[in-house]
Amino acid sequence: MIRFTSKGIYCVPGKFYLDPWQPVDLAVISHGHADHAHVGMKKYLCHHFTVNILRSRIGPDIQVQGLAYNEAICINGVRVSLHPAGHIIGSAQIRLEYKGKVVVFTGDYKIQDDGLSTPFEPIKCHELITESTFGLPIYRWESVEAQNERLQAWIKTNQSNKKTSVFIGYSLGKSQRILNAVHEIGPVYVHYSIAKLNEAYSMAGIKLPDYHIADLKSDLKQLDNQIVLLPPALLESQLLQKIPHVAYAICSGWMQIRGARRWRSADAGFAISDHADWTGLLQAVRGSAAEKVYVTHGQTATFAKYLNEIGVEAEEVTTHYGDEEDPQTQTT
Amino acid sequence: MKEFATLINALDSSNKTNLKKEAILDFFRTATEKDKIWFLALMTGKRPKRSIAIKDLKIWTLEITGIPEWLFIESYAAVGDLAETLSLLLPPPAMLIEKSLSEWMDEIIALQDATIMEKKVFVLRSWNTLNTVERFIFNKLLGGSFRLGISAKGLINTIAHYANTEASAVAHSIMGQWNPHEVEFDKLVKGAYSNTNRSKPYPFCLAYPLEKTPEELGPITEWQAEYKWDGIRGQLIKREDEIHIWSRGEELVTTQFPEITEALNQWKGNFVLDGEILAVKDGRVLNFSELQKRINRKTIPKSLREEVPISVYLYDILELNGIDLRNEPVTYRRALLEQCYAANPPGALQLSLLIHAADWSALQHIQATSRTLNSEGLMLKKKDSPYYTGRKKGGWWKWKVNPMSIDAVLIYAQKGSGRRSAHYTDYTFAVRDGDQLVTIAKAYSGLTDQEILEVSRFVKQNSLEKFGPVRTVKPELVFEIAFEGIGYSKRHKSGIALRFPRILRWRKDKTAAEIDDLEAIKKLIQ
Repeated sequence: MIRFTSKGIYCVPGKFYLDPWQPVDLAVISHGHADHAHVGMKKYLCHHFTVNILRSRIGPDIQVQGLAYNEAICINGVRVSLHPAGHIIGSAQIRLEYKGKVVVFTGDYKIQDDGLSTPFEPIKCHELITESTFGLPIYRWESVEAQNERLQAWIKTNQSNKKTSVFIGYSLGKSQRILNAVHEIGPVYVHYSIAKLNEAYSMAGIKLPDYHIADLKSDLKQLDNQIVLLPPALLESQLLQKIPHVAYAICSGWMQIRGARRWRSADAGFAISDHADWTGLLQAVRGSAAEKVYVTHGQTATFAKYLNEIGVEAEEVTTHYGDEEDPQTQTT
Repeated sequence: MKEFATLINALDSSNKTNLKKEAILDFFRTATEKDKIWFLALMTGKRPKRSIAIKDLKIWTLEITGIPEWLFIESYAAVGDLAETLSLLLPPPAMLIEKSLSEWMDEIIALQDATIMEKKVFVLRSWNTLNTVERFIFNKLLGGSFRLGISAKGLINTIAHYANTEASAVAHSIMGQWNPHEVEFDKLVKGAYSNTNRSKPYPFCLAYPLEKTPEELGPITEWQAEYKWDGIRGQLIKREDEIHIWSRGEELVTTQFPEITEALNQWKGNFVLDGEILAVKDGRVLNFSELQKRINRKTIPKSLREEVPISVYLYDILELNGIDLRNEPVTYRRALLEQCYAANPPGALQLSLLIHAADWSALQHIQATSRTLNSEGLMLKKKDSPYYTGRKKGGWWKWKVNPMSIDAVLIYAQKGSGRRSAHYTDYTFAVRDGDQLVTIAKAYSGLTDQEILEVSRFVKQNSLEKFGPVRTVKPELVFEIAFEGIGYSKRHKSGIALRFPRILRWRKDKTAAEIDDLEAIKKLIQ
């Protein structure tokens, strides 16, 4: 039913693609991150919450159809439905059913409930196509509560040292999570690119705490001693160092490793991720009860080998998703 | 261990020396007396004998987690540190128990005579009461070397600031012999247990590289020429029968070179000498890589002394019988040095050879062939110049021979360790051998962080094969590899070995078709 092609994951009877990276007629999109939702598709199909994200990221005029979770439609005889993946707002596992056979493509996902994304639901299937970004047993996340406490404690220490707390995280998903976790400590200033995506949350009816849009052009003084959220693109810019009394933290799963923290030499690194950790990946595979697993981006070789050893038939496939383990561009 | 964990975390989190100093000073303010002493002991290599093999820690971790060994190896490759890999793989602790650094050290020392089963029980129980960071520190305490994110010099400067005293005095006080159970921290760092005046070194006089032609320096008769050696610049001090040897990094290295101490013991009087510590065997200066075997060792076995014997080539005398000679001219100091040398048994000490040449072009000829002696070139010292403090232009010049270099293509990459573990930083390069590629050198340094990221990304996108942590890369990126020496070698597939290969620059302007040929490279061998 599925073929891995140079354009993307192709559903043969349905004649459509899942998260293609080359232009195609019909693309079913798992979520709104740039490595999964590319420009140039004639038609997009995704979750309702992802519709506005695609419009703002790709263009207002794209042809896009929204679906609710668990709502099914039929395309060329294939029953297509979307199910919560818990990665970011609107992120979905794509379930395909044809002549009694079920394939699930997870897209990116996490098992932890971040309080904003609809929590992950395991879906039974014959074949599972899963990511493996953090597919090594060294990756094990703390509970969301413990992670949030760390963020809050760091801000409080900064406040008592008269420092400005700057968090660097991806503008879609991570930033909203941080905003939600820290807003009780003090006013939060966000970069306009983050504010733009915050609106996607409001339009979806998800209430975010209040925030201010940071004026980075003329008034950096206003940020002194406050909480600031910036996207990773600003990490290498001069601007970061111009923020008064800046202390900055990188929020990313890669920060689990001491070497990665020291490499970045940020003032702090928090292992907070919107991807499943090792246990989460295994939990998803077991929960699906799949007979065959295809492993896409991340630690593909390692995770596939391990699955085979524990009796789950698995193989790695090449896709264009993710930018394997590169803290420079990857701040998932 | 909370304060210590906070300190480690703070040192990891910044590359600003000031913040690191601040973190250490914070630790000195908040930690208990005993913890401070243990901190110093660990940092100066006074850690107790390792009582548990890291191999056992690994076996126990595999037992507890049930993960296969190959997966452990993959994990280790991603982390780059064994103690940390273990701490991340182990399941979360059942409960947290706070113990101070010194309590842990006492328990670890008490373990030395325990049976392997007792050790296992202790380690497993401890792991189960520590969070990930503390577990990492605990594993480090059990064995391996503990590298803090600060240099020895940085640490000494910080302590000097804390104790309000001179850095060299601190270095002397903390490097010496002392027992963590017997000393008080403040007294120790303020020099109460040692006479730091006797060890006090002078700042080294350093040379600038010669960038103009030597003719521009004026008449050759005004200059003293010597070979420049690639060893460890050392200051040899003997005052009131105490002997101290300082390296250029102002670290005390006295115990690492017993040959020097033995020689100086036979010398009469009080003096301070400047020279180069070198590995010299059968009259020939050995590669720096040989000398490296003698560095940072707790004990020097007899076999190593025979394999890599140490000599000092003496350059200068800075103090004689309490008189500071640094303002005297080079010629005067050299004459005095020769007198002292003649009056004492040489032992492992030799005078640095003075090179006489009729004119600059004759000297240039000698300079160009200096590599045959394993020398890096020449040193030129103005005959009337004093012994400057630090680096001053005009008096001393280093006139090095150019490094040799070749263009080679990247074919294998591996992740680094420690700070470099997130990226492909360790590279293997190849040159052409007929229509094949043959590996010629490994190099780990020479690129900027930004370039490493770029190469790393290329490696990820162009991996052809995976051998465990090693990636075979599409031969496309060309680098200029510099090296100090070249010779035949049976151990290498190419049949040649390069000395100190390093990346000189990334040749983005060249393609793999333009790399050097092995036969042409062999012609560089003299």
